[in-house]
Amino acid sequence: MKFKALTVAALTVAMPVMALAGPDDDKLVINGEIEIVTKAAAPAHMEETGIDTVMSGWHFRADETQALEMDDFDNPGMIFVDQAIDAWNMAEGSEGKSCASCHDDPSSMAGVRAVYPKWNEAAGEVRTLAMQVNDCRVNKMGADKWKYAGGDMASMEALISVQSRGMPVNVATDGPVKAVWEQGKELYYTRTGQLDLSCASCHEQNYGNMIRADHLSQGQINGFPTYRLKNAKLNTVHARFKGCIRDTRAETYSPGSAEFVALELYVASRGNGLSVEGPSVRN
Amino acid sequence: MKLTYLTVAATLVAGSAFAAEVGPKEVKYNDDTAIEMSLTGVAGDPEKGAVIMATKSKGNCVACHEISALSAAFQGNVGPMLDGAGDRWSVGELRGLVVNAKMMFEGSVMPSFYQVDGFTRPGNAYTGKAGQEPLAPLLSAQEIEDVVAFLATLKDE
Repeated sequence: MKFKALTVAALTVAMPVMALAGPDDDKLVINGEIEIVTKAAAPAHMEETGIDTVMSGWHFRADETQALEMDDFDNPGMIFVDQAIDAWNMAEGSEGKSCASCHDDPSSMAGVRAVYPKWNEAAGEVRTLAMQVNDCRVNKMGADKWKYAGGDMASMEALISVQSRGMPVNVATDGPVKAVWEQGKELYYTRTGQLDLSCASCHEQNYGNMIRADHLSQGQINGFPTYRLKNAKLNTVHARFKGCIRDTRAETYSPGSAEFVALELYVASRGNGLSVEGPSVRN
Repeated sequence: MKLTYLTVAATLVAGSAFAAEVGPKEVKYNDDTAIEMSLTGVAGDPEKGAVIMATKSKGNCVACHEISALSAAFQGNVGPMLDGAGDRWSVGELRGLVVNAKMMFEGSVMPSFYQVDGFTRPGNAYTGKAGQEPLAPLLSAQEIEDVVAFLATLKDE
Protein backbone atom coordinates (compact mmCIF):
# COMPACT_ATOMS: atom_id res chain seq x y z
CA MET A 1 0.00 0.00 0.00
CA LYS A 2 1.31 3.42 -0.89
CA PHE A 3 0.28 6.39 1.20
CA LYS A 4 -0.20 9.69 -0.56
CA ALA A 5 0.30 12.92 1.31
CA LEU A 6 -3.44 13.36 1.72
CA THR A 7 -3.83 9.93 3.26
CA VAL A 8 -1.13 10.76 5.74
CA ALA A 9 -2.79 14.06 6.60
CA ALA A 10 -6.07 12.24 7.17
CA LEU A 11 -4.37 9.68 9.41
CA THR A 12 -2.76 12.47 11.40
CA VAL A 13 -6.13 14.06 12.00
CA ALA A 14 -7.74 10.76 12.89
CA MET A 15 -4.97 9.68 15.25
CA PRO A 16 -3.46 12.72 16.90
CA VAL A 17 -0.13 12.05 18.54
CA MET A 18 -0.35 12.19 22.31
CA ALA A 19 -0.14 15.72 23.58
CA LEU A 20 3.51 16.14 24.43
CA ALA A 21 4.57 19.57 25.59
CA GLY A 22 3.51 22.04 22.93
CA PRO A 23 4.26 25.75 23.05
CA ASP A 24 3.22 27.15 26.42
CA ASP A 25 0.87 30.01 27.27
CA ASP A 26 3.21 32.13 29.40
CA LYS A 27 3.29 35.89 29.02
CA LEU A 28 6.47 37.81 28.28
CA VAL A 29 6.87 41.20 29.93
CA ILE A 30 10.42 42.55 30.04
CA ASN A 31 11.57 44.58 33.08
CA GLY A 32 7.99 44.54 34.28
CA GLU A 33 7.05 47.12 31.66
CA ILE A 34 7.70 46.16 28.04
CA GLU A 35 4.87 43.90 26.91
CA ILE A 36 5.97 41.57 24.16
CA VAL A 37 3.46 40.14 21.71
CA THR A 38 4.67 36.55 21.47
CA LYS A 39 1.57 35.12 19.80
CA ALA A 40 -0.27 36.84 16.99
CA ALA A 41 -2.70 36.07 14.21
CA ALA A 42 -0.69 34.72 11.29
CA PRO A 43 -0.17 37.23 8.48
CA ALA A 44 -2.49 36.81 5.48
CA HIS A 45 0.25 35.42 3.24
CA MET A 46 0.50 32.37 5.53
CA GLU A 47 -3.08 31.29 4.96
CA GLU A 48 -1.98 28.40 2.72
CA THR A 49 0.21 27.00 5.50
CA GLY A 50 -2.72 26.21 7.78
CA ILE A 51 -0.94 28.02 10.62
CA ASP A 52 -3.31 30.52 12.20
CA THR A 53 -1.12 31.71 15.07
CA VAL A 54 2.51 32.74 14.81
CA MET A 55 4.57 32.26 17.94
CA SER A 56 7.87 33.51 19.22
CA GLY A 57 10.49 30.86 19.92
CA TRP A 58 10.27 32.06 23.54
CA HIS A 59 7.18 29.86 24.03
CA PHE A 60 9.15 26.74 23.14
CA ARG A 61 11.82 27.16 25.77
CA ALA A 62 11.93 26.00 29.36
CA ASP A 63 10.75 28.30 32.15
CA GLU A 64 14.31 28.93 33.39
CA THR A 65 15.42 30.04 29.92
CA GLN A 66 12.30 32.15 29.49
CA ALA A 67 12.98 33.90 32.79
CA LEU A 68 16.40 35.09 31.60
CA GLU A 69 14.68 37.30 29.04
CA MET A 70 12.24 38.89 31.46
CA ASP A 71 14.78 41.17 33.14
CA ASP A 72 17.62 42.95 31.40
CA PHE A 73 19.88 42.31 34.38
CA ASP A 74 19.44 38.59 33.80
CA ASN A 75 19.68 38.73 30.00
CA PRO A 76 23.30 38.00 29.03
CA GLY A 77 22.61 39.54 25.61
CA MET A 78 22.43 42.97 27.24
CA ILE A 79 26.18 42.89 27.94
CA PHE A 80 26.67 43.10 24.19
CA VAL A 81 24.19 45.95 23.95
CA ASP A 82 26.37 47.88 26.38
CA GLN A 83 29.43 47.14 24.28
CA ALA A 84 27.62 48.37 21.18
CA ILE A 85 26.82 51.68 22.92
CA ASP A 86 30.57 52.27 23.15
CA ALA A 87 30.95 51.38 19.46
CA TRP A 88 28.03 53.69 18.61
CA ASN A 89 29.84 56.65 20.15
CA MET A 90 33.33 55.86 18.85
CA ALA A 91 34.55 57.74 15.77
CA GLU A 92 36.18 55.43 13.25
CA GLY A 93 37.43 55.75 9.69
CA SER A 94 38.64 58.55 7.47
CA GLU A 95 35.67 60.87 8.09
CA GLY A 96 36.15 61.01 11.84
CA LYS A 97 32.54 60.07 12.44
CA SER A 98 30.72 57.73 14.76
CA CYS A 99 27.16 56.44 14.49
CA ALA A 100 26.25 59.20 16.95
CA SER A 101 27.60 61.89 14.64
CA CYS A 102 24.59 61.44 12.35
CA HIS A 103 22.07 59.52 14.44
CA ASP A 104 22.54 61.11 17.88
CA ASP A 105 21.30 58.78 20.58
CA PRO A 106 20.63 55.09 19.81
CA SER A 107 17.01 55.78 20.72
CA SER A 108 16.74 57.44 17.29
CA MET A 109 16.68 53.86 15.95
CA ALA A 110 13.24 53.17 17.47
CA GLY A 111 11.15 51.35 14.89
CA VAL A 112 14.04 50.52 12.58
CA ARG A 113 14.51 46.84 13.47
CA ALA A 114 10.79 46.23 12.94
CA VAL A 115 10.83 46.99 9.22
CA TYR A 116 14.09 45.35 8.13
CA PRO A 117 14.94 43.83 5.70
CA LYS A 118 13.54 46.66 3.57
CA TRP A 119 13.87 48.14 0.11
CA ASN A 120 16.56 50.77 -0.40
CA GLU A 121 15.46 52.90 -3.31
CA ALA A 122 18.79 54.60 -3.93
CA ALA A 123 20.67 51.32 -4.01
CA GLY A 124 17.88 49.46 -5.79
CA GLU A 125 18.14 46.48 -3.46
CA VAL A 126 16.67 44.83 -0.40
CA ARG A 127 18.84 45.61 2.59
CA THR A 128 19.18 43.89 5.90
CA LEU A 129 20.06 45.85 9.01
CA ALA A 130 23.61 44.48 8.80
CA MET A 131 23.97 45.63 5.19
CA GLN A 132 22.78 49.11 6.19
CA VAL A 133 25.22 49.27 9.11
CA ASN A 134 28.09 48.33 6.82
CA ASP A 135 26.92 50.83 4.20
CA CYS A 136 27.15 53.54 6.84
CA ARG A 137 30.55 52.36 7.98
CA VAL A 138 32.04 52.32 4.49
CA ASN A 139 30.28 55.24 2.79
CA LYS A 140 29.58 57.64 5.66
CA MET A 141 32.42 56.91 8.08
CA GLY A 142 35.17 55.75 5.71
CA ALA A 143 35.69 52.79 8.01
CA ASP A 144 36.13 49.09 7.32
CA LYS A 145 33.14 46.81 6.99
CA TRP A 146 32.34 44.59 9.89
CA LYS A 147 32.20 40.86 9.31
CA TYR A 148 28.58 40.17 8.35
CA ALA A 149 27.74 37.78 11.17
CA GLY A 150 30.62 38.67 13.49
CA GLY A 151 30.52 39.86 17.09
CA ASP A 152 30.66 43.62 16.37
CA MET A 153 27.73 43.36 14.00
CA ALA A 154 25.69 41.10 16.27
CA SER A 155 26.17 43.55 19.15
CA MET A 156 25.19 46.56 17.04
CA GLU A 157 22.10 44.72 15.79
CA ALA A 158 21.20 44.00 19.40
CA LEU A 159 21.55 47.69 20.33
CA ILE A 160 19.35 48.69 17.40
CA SER A 161 16.81 45.94 18.16
CA VAL A 162 16.46 47.00 21.79
CA GLN A 163 15.16 50.39 20.64
CA SER A 164 12.19 48.63 19.01
CA ARG A 165 11.37 46.05 21.65
CA GLY A 166 7.62 45.61 21.89
CA MET A 167 6.95 47.13 18.48
CA PRO A 168 5.37 44.82 15.88
CA VAL A 169 7.52 43.31 13.15
CA ASN A 170 6.20 44.77 9.93
CA VAL A 171 8.32 43.98 6.89
CA ALA A 172 7.02 44.56 3.38
CA THR A 173 6.26 41.54 1.21
CA ASP A 174 5.21 43.20 -2.03
CA GLY A 175 6.04 46.23 -4.15
CA PRO A 176 9.74 46.40 -4.97
CA VAL A 177 10.65 43.59 -2.53
CA LYS A 178 8.20 41.13 -4.07
CA ALA A 179 10.71 39.21 -6.21
CA VAL A 180 13.19 38.84 -3.36
CA TRP A 181 10.40 37.77 -1.00
CA GLU A 182 9.31 35.11 -3.49
CA GLN A 183 12.92 33.91 -3.75
CA GLY A 184 13.06 33.65 0.04
CA LYS A 185 9.82 31.68 0.09
CA GLU A 186 11.20 29.29 -2.52
CA LEU A 187 14.30 28.76 -0.37
CA TYR A 188 12.16 28.18 2.72
CA TYR A 189 10.40 25.27 1.08
CA THR A 190 13.40 23.78 -0.75
CA ARG A 191 14.59 20.53 0.81
CA THR A 192 18.36 20.40 0.88
CA GLY A 193 21.24 18.14 1.75
CA GLN A 194 21.55 14.44 2.32
CA LEU A 195 18.87 14.62 5.02
CA ASP A 196 16.59 16.32 2.47
CA LEU A 197 15.01 18.81 4.87
CA SER A 198 13.62 22.28 4.27
CA CYS A 199 12.94 25.02 6.83
CA ALA A 200 9.29 23.96 6.56
CA SER A 201 10.05 20.29 7.32
CA CYS A 202 10.83 21.20 10.91
CA HIS A 203 9.45 24.67 11.56
CA GLU A 204 6.15 24.53 9.69
CA GLN A 205 5.23 20.83 9.68
CA ASN A 206 6.69 19.89 13.05
CA TYR A 207 6.85 22.87 15.40
CA GLY A 208 5.90 21.78 18.89
CA ASN A 209 7.41 18.34 18.31
CA MET A 210 10.72 17.16 19.70
CA ILE A 211 13.85 16.30 17.75
CA ARG A 212 15.70 14.49 20.48
CA ALA A 213 15.81 17.04 23.34
CA ASP A 214 15.17 20.00 21.06
CA HIS A 215 11.68 21.48 21.11
CA LEU A 216 11.02 22.59 17.52
CA SER A 217 9.81 26.18 17.28
CA GLN A 218 8.26 27.97 14.35
CA GLY A 219 11.70 29.31 13.48
CA GLN A 220 10.62 32.91 14.02
CA ILE A 221 13.37 35.53 13.93
CA ASN A 222 11.69 38.39 15.81
CA GLY A 223 13.99 37.68 18.75
CA PHE A 224 17.28 38.00 16.86
CA PRO A 225 20.04 38.56 17.53
CA THR A 226 19.64 35.87 20.13
CA TYR A 227 21.88 34.96 23.04
CA ARG A 228 22.25 31.19 23.06
CA LEU A 229 23.21 29.40 26.24
CA LYS A 230 24.71 26.76 23.96
CA ASN A 231 27.50 29.00 22.69
CA ALA A 232 27.31 31.86 25.19
CA LYS A 233 27.23 34.62 22.61
CA LEU A 234 24.88 36.62 20.42
CA ASN A 235 23.86 34.79 17.27
CA THR A 236 22.76 36.51 14.09
CA VAL A 237 19.95 35.35 11.85
CA HIS A 238 22.27 34.41 9.00
CA ALA A 239 24.58 32.42 11.28
CA ARG A 240 21.53 30.48 12.49
CA PHE A 241 20.33 29.89 8.90
CA LYS A 242 23.77 28.56 8.07
CA GLY A 243 23.75 26.23 11.07
CA CYS A 244 20.32 24.84 10.19
CA ILE A 245 21.25 24.17 6.57
CA ARG A 246 24.54 22.61 7.64
CA ASP A 247 22.52 20.28 9.85
CA THR A 248 20.66 18.97 6.80
CA ARG A 249 24.07 17.80 5.53
CA ALA A 250 23.89 20.39 2.77
CA GLU A 251 26.27 22.94 1.30
CA THR A 252 25.25 26.14 3.06
CA TYR A 253 24.95 29.68 1.73
CA SER A 254 27.13 32.37 3.27
CA PRO A 255 26.02 34.99 5.78
CA GLY A 256 25.23 38.13 3.80
CA SER A 257 24.58 36.22 0.57
CA ALA A 258 21.68 37.21 -1.67
CA GLU A 259 20.01 33.91 -0.79
CA PHE A 260 20.14 34.54 2.95
CA VAL A 261 18.97 38.14 2.52
CA ALA A 262 15.95 36.79 0.63
CA LEU A 263 15.35 34.07 3.21
CA GLU A 264 15.60 36.60 6.03
CA LEU A 265 12.98 38.81 4.39
CA TYR A 266 10.61 35.88 3.93
CA VAL A 267 11.10 34.43 7.42
CA ALA A 268 10.79 37.90 8.97
CA SER A 269 7.48 38.32 7.14
CA ARG A 270 6.17 35.12 8.74
CA GLY A 271 6.58 36.96 12.03
CA ASN A 272 4.76 40.14 11.03
CA GLY A 273 2.67 41.04 14.05
CA LEU A 274 4.99 39.57 16.67
CA SER A 275 6.97 42.06 18.74
CA VAL A 276 10.61 42.80 18.14
CA GLU A 277 12.21 40.92 21.02
CA GLY A 278 15.96 41.01 20.45
CA PRO A 279 18.25 40.29 22.05
CA SER A 280 16.31 37.20 23.09
CA VAL A 281 17.64 34.30 25.14
CA ARG A 282 17.43 30.74 23.86
CA ASN A 283 19.20 27.49 24.57
CA MET B 1 37.95 5.22 11.77
CA LYS B 2 37.52 8.10 9.40
CA LEU B 3 36.90 7.12 5.81
CA THR B 4 37.50 9.50 2.96
CA TYR B 5 34.97 9.66 0.20
CA LEU B 6 37.22 7.69 -2.14
CA THR B 7 37.75 4.95 0.40
CA VAL B 8 34.03 4.66 0.98
CA ALA B 9 33.34 4.54 -2.75
CA ALA B 10 36.04 1.92 -3.21
CA THR B 11 34.61 -0.12 -0.35
CA LEU B 12 31.15 0.06 -1.87
CA VAL B 13 32.40 -1.07 -5.25
CA ALA B 14 34.42 -3.86 -3.70
CA GLY B 15 31.50 -4.80 -1.45
CA SER B 16 29.03 -5.12 -4.26
CA ALA B 17 31.53 -7.00 -6.42
CA PHE B 18 32.46 -9.61 -3.85
CA ALA B 19 29.49 -10.02 -1.57
CA ALA B 20 26.71 -9.59 -4.14
CA GLU B 21 25.54 -6.60 -2.09
CA VAL B 22 22.65 -4.64 -3.53
CA GLY B 23 24.01 -1.14 -4.12
CA PRO B 24 22.02 2.06 -3.50
CA LYS B 25 21.33 2.37 -7.23
CA GLU B 26 20.24 -1.24 -7.63
CA VAL B 27 17.55 -1.45 -4.97
CA LYS B 28 14.31 -2.93 -6.34
CA TYR B 29 10.98 -2.01 -4.83
CA ASN B 30 8.01 -4.31 -5.04
CA ASP B 31 4.82 -2.25 -5.55
CA ASP B 32 6.90 0.86 -4.72
CA THR B 33 6.81 0.16 -1.01
CA ALA B 34 8.63 -3.02 -0.05
CA ILE B 35 12.11 -4.36 -0.75
CA GLU B 36 11.77 -8.10 -0.38
CA MET B 37 15.38 -9.04 -1.01
CA SER B 38 18.04 -8.60 1.65
CA LEU B 39 20.58 -5.96 0.68
CA THR B 40 23.44 -8.24 1.69
CA GLY B 41 22.23 -11.82 1.93
CA VAL B 42 23.58 -11.81 5.49
CA ALA B 43 20.93 -11.97 8.21
CA GLY B 44 20.64 -8.73 10.18
CA ASP B 45 21.69 -8.67 13.82
CA PRO B 46 18.89 -7.08 15.91
CA GLU B 47 21.24 -6.23 18.78
CA LYS B 48 23.48 -4.26 16.46
CA GLY B 49 20.39 -2.70 14.92
CA ALA B 50 19.28 -1.44 18.32
CA VAL B 51 22.65 0.23 18.85
CA ILE B 52 22.60 1.83 15.39
CA MET B 53 19.13 3.26 16.00
CA ALA B 54 20.15 4.85 19.29
CA THR B 55 23.54 6.15 18.15
CA LYS B 56 23.68 9.78 17.04
CA SER B 57 26.46 9.25 14.51
CA LYS B 58 24.67 6.24 12.99
CA GLY B 59 20.92 5.92 12.44
CA ASN B 60 19.96 8.34 15.22
CA CYS B 61 16.40 7.07 14.73
CA VAL B 62 15.54 8.11 18.30
CA ALA B 63 15.95 11.74 17.27
CA CYS B 64 12.50 11.51 15.70
CA HIS B 65 10.96 8.23 16.90
CA GLU B 66 10.09 6.81 20.29
CA ILE B 67 11.04 3.19 20.81
CA SER B 68 10.27 1.86 24.29
CA ALA B 69 12.72 -1.01 23.90
CA LEU B 70 15.63 1.44 23.66
CA SER B 71 16.93 3.20 26.74
CA ALA B 72 18.20 6.30 24.88
CA ALA B 73 17.13 9.52 26.63
CA PHE B 74 15.06 12.25 24.98
CA GLN B 75 13.46 10.25 22.19
CA GLY B 76 11.76 12.52 19.69
CA ASN B 77 8.24 12.53 18.29
CA VAL B 78 8.52 14.02 14.80
CA GLY B 79 7.85 10.56 13.37
CA PRO B 80 5.47 7.87 14.61
CA MET B 81 6.26 5.73 17.63
CA LEU B 82 7.87 2.49 16.51
CA ASP B 83 6.57 0.16 19.21
CA GLY B 84 4.70 -2.58 17.36
CA ALA B 85 6.36 -1.74 14.04
CA GLY B 86 7.07 -5.45 13.56
CA ASP B 87 3.32 -6.12 13.71
CA ARG B 88 2.36 -3.30 11.38
CA TRP B 89 4.89 -3.89 8.63
CA SER B 90 6.43 -6.87 6.89
CA VAL B 91 10.20 -7.21 6.82
CA GLY B 92 10.18 -6.11 3.17
CA GLU B 93 8.16 -3.01 4.05
CA LEU B 94 10.45 -2.19 6.97
CA ARG B 95 13.44 -2.46 4.64
CA GLY B 96 11.69 -0.24 2.11
CA LEU B 97 10.93 2.35 4.82
CA VAL B 98 14.50 2.54 6.09
CA VAL B 99 15.98 2.69 2.58
CA ASN B 100 13.58 5.40 1.38
CA ALA B 101 10.44 6.16 3.36
CA LYS B 102 9.25 8.56 0.67
CA MET B 103 8.36 5.57 -1.51
CA MET B 104 5.63 4.61 0.96
CA PHE B 105 4.88 8.03 2.45
CA GLU B 106 5.03 10.65 -0.22
CA GLY B 107 6.58 13.86 1.06
CA SER B 108 7.79 12.29 4.31
CA VAL B 109 10.42 14.34 6.15
CA MET B 110 12.32 11.12 6.96
CA PRO B 111 15.77 11.02 5.34
CA SER B 112 16.56 8.18 2.94
CA PHE B 113 19.23 6.06 4.60
CA TYR B 114 20.53 4.34 1.46
CA GLN B 115 20.60 7.19 -1.06
CA VAL B 116 23.81 8.50 -2.57
CA ASP B 117 22.80 11.07 -5.18
CA GLY B 118 20.00 13.25 -6.47
CA PHE B 119 20.23 15.67 -3.54
CA THR B 120 19.78 19.45 -3.65
CA ARG B 121 23.01 21.15 -2.53
CA PRO B 122 24.60 17.96 -1.22
CA GLY B 123 27.09 18.68 1.55
CA ASN B 124 30.17 16.99 2.93
CA ALA B 125 28.53 15.49 6.02
CA TYR B 126 27.93 18.21 8.66
CA THR B 127 30.66 20.61 7.53
CA GLY B 128 28.40 22.93 5.53
CA LYS B 129 30.87 22.56 2.63
CA ALA B 130 29.93 21.12 -0.74
CA GLY B 131 29.95 17.36 -1.07
CA GLN B 132 30.59 15.35 -4.19
CA GLU B 133 27.92 12.88 -5.27
CA PRO B 134 27.71 9.98 -4.96
CA LEU B 135 27.85 10.53 -1.19
CA ALA B 136 28.33 7.60 1.15
CA PRO B 137 24.86 6.44 2.24
CA LEU B 138 23.82 7.33 5.80
CA LEU B 139 23.87 3.63 6.67
CA SER B 140 25.65 0.73 4.99
CA ALA B 141 23.71 -2.18 3.50
CA GLN B 142 24.47 -4.41 6.48
CA GLU B 143 23.61 -1.66 8.96
CA ILE B 144 20.22 -1.36 7.27
CA GLU B 145 19.74 -5.11 7.55
CA ASP B 146 20.60 -4.88 11.25
CA VAL B 147 18.08 -2.08 11.80
CA VAL B 148 15.39 -3.99 9.89
CA ALA B 149 16.09 -7.08 12.00
CA PHE B 150 15.62 -5.03 15.17
CA LEU B 151 12.46 -3.34 13.93
CA ALA B 152 10.98 -6.75 13.11
CA THR B 153 11.34 -7.68 16.81
CA LEU B 154 9.14 -4.75 17.90
CA LYS B 155 5.91 -6.61 18.45
CA ASP B 156 3.16 -5.71 20.87
CA GLU B 157 3.07 -9.13 22.53
